[in-house]
Amino acid sequence: MLCGINVILAVSLNLINGFTGQFSIGHAGFMAIGAYGSAMITMHAGRGWAAALGASGIPPALAEAGPLLIALLGGGLLAALAGYLVGLPSLRLRGDYLAIVTLGFGEIIRVLILNINAVGGPRGLPGIPGWANFFWVGAGVLAVILFSRHLATSTHGRALFAIRDDEVAAEALGVDTTRYKVLAFVIGAFFAGVAGGLFAHYLSYLNPTSFTFLKSIEVIAMVVLGGMGSVSGSVLAAILLTLLPELLRPVKDYRMVMYALMLITLMITRPQGLMGSRELSLAMFRRRRAAAA
Amino acid sequence: MVSGSALLTLENVTMQFGGLKAVADLSLEIAPGELFGLIGPNGAGKTTVFNVITGVYAPTQGRILFEGRPVQGLKPHAVARRGITRTFQNIRLFASRCCRDNVCIAGHQHAEAGLADSVFRTGNFERDEARQQREARELLDVMGLSQWEDTLASELPYGQQRRLEIARALAGRPRLLLLDEPAAGLNPLETEELMRLIEDVLRRFKLTILLIEHDMRVVMGICRRIAVLDYGVKIAEGTPDQIRTDPKVIEAYLGEEVQADLGAGT
Repeated sequence: MLCGINVILAVSLNLINGFTGQFSIGHAGFMAIGAYGSAMITMHAGRGWAAALGASGIPPALAEAGPLLIALLGGGLLAALAGYLVGLPSLRLRGDYLAIVTLGFGEIIRVLILNINAVGGPRGLPGIPGWANFFWVGAGVLAVILFSRHLATSTHGRALFAIRDDEVAAEALGVDTTRYKVLAFVIGAFFAGVAGGLFAHYLSYLNPTSFTFLKSIEVIAMVVLGGMGSVSGSVLAAILLTLLPELLRPVKDYRMVMYALMLITLMITRPQGLMGSRELSLAMFRRRRAAAA
Repeated sequence: MVSGSALLTLENVTMQFGGLKAVADLSLEIAPGELFGLIGPNGAGKTTVFNVITGVYAPTQGRILFEGRPVQGLKPHAVARRGITRTFQNIRLFASRCCRDNVCIAGHQHAEAGLADSVFRTGNFERDEARQQREARELLDVMGLSQWEDTLASELPYGQQRRLEIARALAGRPRLLLLDEPAAGLNPLETEELMRLIEDVLRRFKLTILLIEHDMRVVMGICRRIAVLDYGVKIAEGTPDQIRTDPKVIEAYLGEEVQADLGAGT
């Protein structure tokens, strides 16, 4: 489950960092907005709807589906709105400066949540219905992957890649760079918000400490490790980095040391990331087989 | 020589950076179908003229009219949509993309498929995508780059990179093409080929071309009209023969060589 949520986060950040080359380190902020937003929707309205639907004889899984979908989309849209607001300064800022703005944004969101009593503040927000099951996370993963793949191979995706490679040239060739940078932020934030919503409805409990700067860094590590701009790379790296700390449990105290060492080794041996900028595809396997034969 | 039929008109354009006047009170008229040369020694302000026309800089003073409508102050992508595209002196290709993608990106402004079309792979998207790919292939073919179609732009030989830049600029379907030192770094044979290609492109796409060159000899062969820029000021304009014999031009270029010699001596 957490694997899937991390996959959504990594692939959505890849849209901003990998495709468009805008270095954002506030992804946990978007996730937090989606998580708290969707939790509030469910707790204040969705639960009532689900109960009403359930009372009318519809099986609970179906009765929950509608409200959950609305909560997830609502959380995603709230995050997308925040993405739009953060995307605006990215018109003027590049590289390190943009990174600092997004870092600030992520922290502001966390501190805001910490100080809003209605969402539990530092005590956290308990009692969210645990509706998100494997099916929902799987659907989210599928949606974000398909979206990214289709975007990457379309004229709009090419416009994003053009901005990453050479913003001046892209602009001179008729790409509205401002519009596309904001678009990347909005879409990336939307999916991060959906991931947050799934996270909330999976754990049933939210706490601001889940959305610290470290979470953003973790997602960046996934994108970089997977290869900037590679969707399948982000997927692989997200799975690997979620499972690795668990697989390393037998080494006990040395767990995080081993984890760090393995990360460093990977980055030294494959600085372009697991996949570089390529994609896993059937064609690649066919080529491999043809080469082997 | 003011007339209403000019494709591009620069009226008293001045571009000032702090205390430096990179372009001073420049007026030019370029007629449709023309291959116009803009030459001058290093640092004369030629590229600044391009940057002002394409919207990278807004001119400090003056007006720029394209097809009778002002374009000064527009953002570069909006200027490109009006029908002016360019190449860059220091090649600026999308290095991580293949040649075909590089050309497709420039065709982006003519794409009809929206974001939703792309994501949901509608028939509209498929048609649009097929058309873009076909047009890109045709352009690569014209520029003699067909065999490099799937090669990454960064892996292309230097001379081919220069050609790809032109192919990419053409994909924006411009009516005015600005070429910034397209022959820079090419050997004499490649330069000769490129010049013939530019003449061919001019006719085939019914374009107007404004060409910057540092090397006078290159421009003399293909441009019918030439303007000479020195320290941001237009010092001469006319046919290649007029330019060749203009004392001011000779002085500007000779002066540069004399300076270079002095520099080498010390």
